[in-house]
Amino acid sequence: MPFGTGENSSIEKQSEVRELGDWKDEVEEIVFPGKISVPYSWTVGSTLSKWYAQIRDDAEIWANKCAECGMVFVPPKIKCINCYRDMNEWVKLPGTGTVETFTVVSYYEPKIHPRKPPFVYAVIKMDGADTGLVHFIGGVKPEKVKVGMRVEPVFEKERQGNILDIRHFRPIA
Amino acid sequence: MERVAVIGVGQTKYEKGKKQNFSEMVYEVTTKALKDAEITTREIDNIVSVSSDFWDGRTISCMAIQDAAGAFGKDTSTVEGDGTFGALYGMMRILSGSFGVTLVVAHHKGSESSMSGITNTAFDPLVERKLGIDAISSAALQARRYMTATGVTERQCALVSVKNHGNAMRNPLAQLPMEITVEDVMNSEVLASPLKKLDCSPVTDGACALVLAAEREAKKLSTNKKRVWLMGVGHCSDAYRLGDRDLADTRALEEASESAYEMAGVGPEEIDLAEVYDAFSYMELMWLEGLGLCEEGMSGEYMERGYFNMGGEIPINPSGGRLSSNPVQVAGLSEMAECVLQLRGKAGKRQVKGAKIALAHGINGMCGQSHCVFILGR
Repeated sequence: MPFGTGENSSIEKQSEVRELGDWKDEVEEIVFPGKISVPYSWTVGSTLSKWYAQIRDDAEIWANKCAECGMVFVPPKIKCINCYRDMNEWVKLPGTGTVETFTVVSYYEPKIHPRKPPFVYAVIKMDGADTGLVHFIGGVKPEKVKVGMRVEPVFEKERQGNILDIRHFRPIA
Repeated sequence: MERVAVIGVGQTKYEKGKKQNFSEMVYEVTTKALKDAEITTREIDNIVSVSSDFWDGRTISCMAIQDAAGAFGKDTSTVEGDGTFGALYGMMRILSGSFGVTLVVAHHKGSESSMSGITNTAFDPLVERKLGIDAISSAALQARRYMTATGVTERQCALVSVKNHGNAMRNPLAQLPMEITVEDVMNSEVLASPLKKLDCSPVTDGACALVLAAEREAKKLSTNKKRVWLMGVGHCSDAYRLGDRDLADTRALEEASESAYEMAGVGPEEIDLAEVYDAFSYMELMWLEGLGLCEEGMSGEYMERGYFNMGGEIPINPSGGRLSSNPVQVAGLSEMAECVLQLRGKAGKRQVKGAKIALAHGINGMCGQSHCVFILGR
């Protein structure tokens, strides 16, 4: 049968056909509530697994360095984004850094936010690295956070090997 | 190289809580675009659909709307990204010589799910996603970085919102036409500092379709009044991770726009109007600089001088922009539709007089990770 023909349709002959010009104005619109919940197990990969293991086991933040351009990445990269080279040099960072930008979040999305507002996200330019790390700023009133503020990490006591092993960054006293 | 024209456009009204389902919206805009082009589905050779599985809540969401797009029995392919990238793909299919008249159609219903939840899943599940960051909070980080780097102020950003909601008053398809003041923006609820509610685009439902044709077919099928040429296109991507970029840096957009200008053989000074991706007020200022439509760090001052207003030097977002209606992924395609209407001289009360060359700019990824720039002309 060719696409898009109605040759085999004989319904019209068998049943009553009604022409309803304005039926769309009168129809009761029905909405189905729904939810998709699918479990995943995401493989972290060797580079980030090494990074998280060092945070979890030693409370240390490491970075990796491109042998060609010398750029230091934290979180570490599989490849240098500039040179597309393998990254085999690892550098232990002091953990301290400078707030490059921040936001005080006032809205609450309980399904995604791990803490209640107001809380502060920042991009922290890490000492010894060329990139920024996105994380929380804590241990300070949100209105006191400033661009250029010097910060250090506060680690959780019980660590699982993920980004929340760093509780937040706090101002250096 | 052969040229590609837009010969038909179709859009829904942009609004929240639309009663139509995805297919009904796609059917509406496909029908409108075909009618506008004065052709039927028989002349359409292939279809590029633009949708997102997460937003639609179904996998292979592109397949579900194919009947509504008239794709039954035809070649179809899909872009998951902004509509400008869908138009880019459609244009490339035509230029490859393998495809004829192409329908590009995008649909989106933001009101059916959770913007925050869905945009959070755009972030790496191995790193940033667990922090709960989403489109608004990441944009807030970029907004402050941009303001710090350039000295652009919150009040200058607020002017973008005032201008675009005001422009929407003259666009019957826009969701949020509003006469507001800088004070209204400044006093609106702070969502994630420095972003207030009126600095952010709304949740929107809607669809848009364009009919594209190669020069020979375009001239056969349509009149000179209807045809608008895709004179140039450029696209470029930056790093995925926010911390791997300087969020105030527009290098990917500079690359994209330079390629588009070069292909079109025009410079930024020849652009009569532009539809720029203002998902947030600061973005319009930042992207204007990246597009070369104003000097770096100067867009706030130009905005104050009314340079980008209707009747100014280069009207920006005469449609009302994404701040007035933001059907994600449809957005870039609707920008192109606006440019087509403007260049045909059919933009009604918001017509930019004598417009000959227009620019449409779409983004993909968080904080404008990648950009697609089209130059359209008569």
